[in-house]
Amino acid sequence: MAASSNSNRGLLRFITCGSVDDGKSTLLGRLLYDAGMLPDDQIEALRRDSRRTHPDGDVLDFSLLTDGLDAERQQGITIDVAYRYFHSARRSFVVADCPGHEQYTRNMATGASHADLAVVLVDARKGLLVQTRRHTYICALLGIRKVVLAVNKMDLIGYRQDVYESIRAAYEALAAQLGIGEVHALPVAALRGDNVGLRSADMPWYEGPTLLELLESVDVQPIQGVDFRMPVQWVNRPDQSFRGYAGTICGGHVRVGDEIVVQPGTQRARIARIVTAKGDLQEAGVGQAVTLTLDKEVDVSRGEVIAAAAQPTPEADQFAAHVLWMGDEALLPNRGYWLKVGTRTVNARVTSIKYKVDVNTQARLAAHRLELNEVGYCNIDLDQPVAFEAYATNPTLGGFILVDRRSHATVACGMLDFALRRATNVHWQHLDVDRRMRAQSKGQQPRCLWFTGLSGAGKSTIANLLERRLAALGYHTYLLDGDNLRHGLNRDLGFTPEARVENVRRVAEVAHLMVDAGLIVLVCVISPFRSEREFARGLFGGGEFIEVFVDTPLEECERRDPKGLYRKARAGEISNFTGIDSPYERPTAAEVHLETAGMSLEAMVEELVAQILPDK
Amino acid sequence: MLDHLDTLEAESIHIFREVAASFQRPVTLYSIGKDSSVLLHLLRKAFFPARPPIPLLHVDTTWKFREMIAFRDQVAAAGDVQLLVHINEEGVRQGISPLVHGAAVHTHVMKTVGLKQALDKYGFDAAIGGARRDEEKSRAKERVFSFRNAQHRWDPKRQRPELWSLYNTHIHKGESVRVFPLSNWTEMDVWHYIRREDIPVVPLYFAKERPVVARDGALIMVDDERFTLREGESVEQRMVRFRTLGCYPLTGAIESNARSVDEIIEEMAISRSSERQGRVIDHDPSASMEHKKQEGYF
Repeated sequence: MAASSNSNRGLLRFITCGSVDDGKSTLLGRLLYDAGMLPDDQIEALRRDSRRTHPDGDVLDFSLLTDGLDAERQQGITIDVAYRYFHSARRSFVVADCPGHEQYTRNMATGASHADLAVVLVDARKGLLVQTRRHTYICALLGIRKVVLAVNKMDLIGYRQDVYESIRAAYEALAAQLGIGEVHALPVAALRGDNVGLRSADMPWYEGPTLLELLESVDVQPIQGVDFRMPVQWVNRPDQSFRGYAGTICGGHVRVGDEIVVQPGTQRARIARIVTAKGDLQEAGVGQAVTLTLDKEVDVSRGEVIAAAAQPTPEADQFAAHVLWMGDEALLPNRGYWLKVGTRTVNARVTSIKYKVDVNTQARLAAHRLELNEVGYCNIDLDQPVAFEAYATNPTLGGFILVDRRSHATVACGMLDFALRRATNVHWQHLDVDRRMRAQSKGQQPRCLWFTGLSGAGKSTIANLLERRLAALGYHTYLLDGDNLRHGLNRDLGFTPEARVENVRRVAEVAHLMVDAGLIVLVCVISPFRSEREFARGLFGGGEFIEVFVDTPLEECERRDPKGLYRKARAGEISNFTGIDSPYERPTAAEVHLETAGMSLEAMVEELVAQILPDK
Repeated sequence: MLDHLDTLEAESIHIFREVAASFQRPVTLYSIGKDSSVLLHLLRKAFFPARPPIPLLHVDTTWKFREMIAFRDQVAAAGDVQLLVHINEEGVRQGISPLVHGAAVHTHVMKTVGLKQALDKYGFDAAIGGARRDEEKSRAKERVFSFRNAQHRWDPKRQRPELWSLYNTHIHKGESVRVFPLSNWTEMDVWHYIRREDIPVVPLYFAKERPVVARDGALIMVDDERFTLREGESVEQRMVRFRTLGCYPLTGAIESNARSVDEIIEEMAISRSSERQGRVIDHDPSASMEHKKQEGYF
């Protein structure tokens, strides 16, 4: 191999798709072995490991090379994505080796997001299976437009060309249907190595390239937008004389003197310098990590996008997008998450799931929630506009992840399609009288007191007494009671987890309007889920939201049972009852924690008054 | 079009910047080896013209090659990057030694525990390291931003999915991440980059006559008087170099005549053994790296 040319070879990132039975790991191991990329000590270790799993017979079990984690070896399957690196005389390769089972769809999507091409394996004895369709769909969803179809185990069907040709024709039809434009098919026998690195003597009818030759020569242009875009990562300010914006260019190219716009927004400027540690550049393009300086002072921060002024990106706060759910807990519409796109993180909610997609058949199904590994087409609502592009045009500005605000886990990935019209057509009306003026005219500090706790804990009783006290002191208040709202505003909602989320969202929004109007609002809702209480908190400014945990033991609530509901729930007459067959997530950091068992009603009200009106 | 090294460099710079922008107290683990040299070079590039806003931390096991320590002190003398050194003093008091207690105990106490002490002492919430996925099987499944709980443990079954170059940097107080900007580099890429960018590395990487002892199938260099000969052993002068650098009694040399970066690249192109072969610590039961990583090893 020509060592000197290593740095000039292009890089091909690809993913291998197939299940254990298809011989995926074997094919990959074989490819590395044939390319001469397995060092002697690794081959020796492999021989040792192979003897452990195949005590009879001197074979090299290539699947052991990539199944790296203990848990995986014990179960004989690939769970996580493994990255392998190798190079041939002509090219460097990064392979994402992904599990193929349906329960690992998220891992496959992860691998596909790092690939320009997919190698899809099909067992020649079995032809196209449900999993072939699923793998191809996920690749297409993540934007892969080129596939190498490897029809494997040709040795087990006597190297028959007619079988190969029929599989190939069937696959090409499938790929076309799913939007994959280019398919390169070839017949292989991975265990023996036919057509992997070396040409097969048993398939003279196949005249095309080997798998290795194909991968070396295939031309992949990753999708990258043509218009200049750079999400700002970090503002570089060593001293007063220098202010630069560091980032990686994700679309088009930029020259010194070009006019740019900072998005979202309309601030314009020209590029003064393109700074790198190796010296200034006149021009820079996609994939380069640079630092830009501008010809005039504009306000730019991390998360904003510097774009060509003549071709700005769209901006929106409502989208339609495909979402692949990766969380263990289901996606519920209207629960709040963080959404990260480019370098920007904003608050987001999935407002509706239009349909979910059966990953095996691509049938569209009605859905109220998305479970782990399910794909849905959703409307998404952000708390502020972002600069974006359709994923098909610019994956960096169209691909996003959702992060759970409580566990901080990455719970979804998504691909933006287009903005929903409402955001551009329904403008936020700016009003002359603002909340501060409204609060001033009432002579009070508006607040939201959020009473959470089990049914029968005493929320309404305490809030009612507190409101009387406040009213007597001359304050303007309102009590929003969960039960009362369910007679009107929330009449259409039941008690499933989805409905509870929506219930709390509406109550929180109403409370927010009332605080905006200058009132002190007392909200009494069970609000059993921490995420929804956090969502409510997120609507308010610092110090405005006071969470009051009315902590009464379940046995006590059940003993009181003022509305007879516990009795009905125990009798099975009503379901999804909090504390009985629906969970209550206790607050961990409530501003006020009222342990009702040891306190008088008066004392609790006093504590709350002290909290709201510290100077009384 | 960018070539392969440009692509890798840009990716790594992107990762450094993402750390600087997203964490309160980031640090770069500096182990003095070639990968650390590349990390330091990228750290300077990522924030140019500003001085790197992320300090270096060396967890000194007190058994590094003397030339490594001299090289480290030279790096610190450049003055543009802050270098912190931490030694597990408790381990020193117990007299932990790789020659007496073996590779596993020594590495655990002086390296893994030492590292955790340092991370806790300074309250670092992100620790950048030079590990590459091509080094070892369990590293092939490592994330670029790899989550650690408050006890610094890695749970391979609960890794966050990592798509595109969108990194989830959210953690709770006390938790941390390990960050690997060189994830997608190979050993060959590292040497090609060192050559292209003219990056200084510890002279131990280059072949020279050195005093070595053949022990347990490895060539161990006699670097100071703490090394004692076993019966039947003798010190020989041989032309050797090191492919990776760790604690001197645990790092096997290879016989080589490669005296320059060019010659190393040439030698590697025809080499038939893998990089970490000389690391004694890796030759524990087959999944040892996975277990060490779970406990907090880098």
